[in-house]
Amino acid sequence: MRHIIAVLLENEAGALSRVVGLFAQRNYNIESLTVAPTEDPTLSRLTLTTIGDDSKIEQIMKHLYKVVEVVKVVDLSEADHIERELMLVKIRAEGEAREEVKRTADIFRGQIVDVTPNGYTVQRSGPSDKLDAFIRAVGKLSILEVARTGVSGIGRGEKILSV
Amino acid sequence: MLIRALQDAGVEYIFGYPGGSALHIYDAIFKQQRIEHILVRHEQAATHMADAYARVTGKPGVVLVTSGPGATNAVTGIATAYMDSIPMVVISGQVPNNVIGTDAFQETDMVGVSRPVVKHSFIVKNPEDIPAIVWKAFHIASTGRPGPVVIDVPKDTTDPDVLAPYSYPKKLKLRSYNPAVKGNGRQIRKAAAALLAAKRPVIYTGGGVITGDGSEALTRLAKRLNYPVTNTLMGLGCFPGTDEQFIGMLGMHGTFEANMTMHHADLILAVGARFDDRVTNNPAKFCPDATVIHIDVDPASISKIIEADIPIVGQVQSVLEDLTTSVESLVSKNPDLPDQSALTEWWERIGAWRASHGLDHNLVIDPSRPILPQHAIQSLYRATGGDAFVTSDVGQHQMFAAQYYRFARPRRWVNSGGLGTMGFGLPAAMGVQFAFPEATVACVTGEGSFMMNMQELSTCLQYGLPIKIIALNNQALGMVKQWQDMQYGGRHSSSTYSDSLPDFKTLVEAFGHVGFKVENGGDLDAVMDEAFSPALKNRLVFVDVWVDPHEHVYPMAIKGGSMQDMYLSKITSSIQGDYM
Repeated sequence: MRHIIAVLLENEAGALSRVVGLFAQRNYNIESLTVAPTEDPTLSRLTLTTIGDDSKIEQIMKHLYKVVEVVKVVDLSEADHIERELMLVKIRAEGEAREEVKRTADIFRGQIVDVTPNGYTVQRSGPSDKLDAFIRAVGKLSILEVARTGVSGIGRGEKILSV
Repeated sequence: MLIRALQDAGVEYIFGYPGGSALHIYDAIFKQQRIEHILVRHEQAATHMADAYARVTGKPGVVLVTSGPGATNAVTGIATAYMDSIPMVVISGQVPNNVIGTDAFQETDMVGVSRPVVKHSFIVKNPEDIPAIVWKAFHIASTGRPGPVVIDVPKDTTDPDVLAPYSYPKKLKLRSYNPAVKGNGRQIRKAAAALLAAKRPVIYTGGGVITGDGSEALTRLAKRLNYPVTNTLMGLGCFPGTDEQFIGMLGMHGTFEANMTMHHADLILAVGARFDDRVTNNPAKFCPDATVIHIDVDPASISKIIEADIPIVGQVQSVLEDLTTSVESLVSKNPDLPDQSALTEWWERIGAWRASHGLDHNLVIDPSRPILPQHAIQSLYRATGGDAFVTSDVGQHQMFAAQYYRFARPRRWVNSGGLGTMGFGLPAAMGVQFAFPEATVACVTGEGSFMMNMQELSTCLQYGLPIKIIALNNQALGMVKQWQDMQYGGRHSSSTYSDSLPDFKTLVEAFGHVGFKVENGGDLDAVMDEAFSPALKNRLVFVDVWVDPHEHVYPMAIKGGSMQDMYLSKITSSIQGDYM
């Protein structure tokens, strides 16, 4: 099963490589990874998606906690949460296809952020499966380039992840 | 600055080897008296010495190496300490900050290279950070589940011309590092109830009981309950090996009775042990009837291989004490617990297993036959009164030592259990001898392992270390050869070298030590006694014991089976008999 794990870690040199190294070292899988400082500049927040059964996820969580620079870990998928990913897609759009691409972007609530005579760049954010659906709808042949940020997530309601 | 911080951390010895990037540090060592630096002949040996020093004293061992090859040579020893959870602080010189990343002479990304085998690591950016980094390094290395910590020190941060304010912290708070101490009270009460309800219990204890100073608490609880105790390779000595309740080491080369007891148990109390693959054999077939209580300071060790029914995270000593209290209070309410008749029946079964295939600790030497490696260990045990510090290398001799030297006390048996590092034994013995200069220290090795770090014989002469080395010489890489005999049709691929071995007696004499060679069983005890005699008390003695090269270590777990599936000799296995 797919899990979204959020990690607060000390914003120090080498901390990220320890987290990433852990996954390689123990044969865990990283589907996506995002990291940036939080409102507290001494802390970074890292969100990663991984796939595994419950015992594997339990081990991942425990090993993440063992990394000395890791302050807090939470498996967002355990409770209600919001998941977002940002994607920029460069799409070939010439002649009749121009209208079709624009319509598809509208249907998927994508925004056109760059225009050339031969194509569009569309920005779309949302849960990963919605982004996948947009890519399928546009079709592989028209897509020139895709840049995705990876998943970021936050729990719903009052619950917060902080020090 | 660095050396002052190490003094403030209470460091007694540094094991190391100088080089360009570490020269400022070496100059600071020269100018002081409080810390003694031990010059080794190879950095790997320095790490093993510091490691063994930590194993027997409980205090972190300290290593100092230079950048590049100095640092990479230390990696094997760091990995060894990591796998066995040994507190150690390794200081590596580094090229100056301003040339890091330029492929400078003797530059290696030590933090990167060592990352998978350290508990934590630091790289110094500013000289004024050194005291706090040293404090944190020692704190992290020695608390929770201990482990090695690397401090990478770029040369510019130890430049004596750069002055920086010095203040060694009394205590720092690390918001991201808070290892557990006390176990959860409810879990402990649950464990106590399960423990007392058991009809076929076994206590399975590992190295964590030794590193966590839990031996006394463990022994008290085990004696109170009269339950059988088995130790892992790393746990030997945490419960007296001479006690009737001790059923021997368990696992791949564990005793028949220990493995049978585990397999048939209805309750396993696992303490400071990690259900290593050398213990469990096939996890899917592991101890089918057992309820598992697992006490460990590292939550990640719990339910990693075997699902724990009652997990308890906490320091072994504190949890065992609380568990004993909880057991006492339950017994005071219900004096019929535990079920004594079930326990008596259980001990009878264990006794039958022991009688049928247990190890014979009273082997008789037949002078007309080749010496068996077991004879040599038994002879060592006798000559040292069972009370020496024993270090070992890795292979058959290690298993024979573990099986036949019955350790009565913790921190007496020093071996590389997790990583299985050949070349560990001699430097480990040196680390022990530095920690306890007056103690009897024996290194049980094989000629293969010994040759991996024998350059340290020179260090032994320099510092007058009177180690006794007992080499079980089978003229082959014995354990490799055993596997090739059993699994590869006897094809000894690259495991023999009998035509090119040195004469070890002459070799050690060339290093300025005393050597003996024993080929006849009739001479074994006399030579062993001489090696440990007062006349040679201050000398390093090497006893080259030529043992039967065809001997295998048994019992041996049958691959893919359960714990009760064992080969018992070259021609028998537990599957053939009915031992249920």
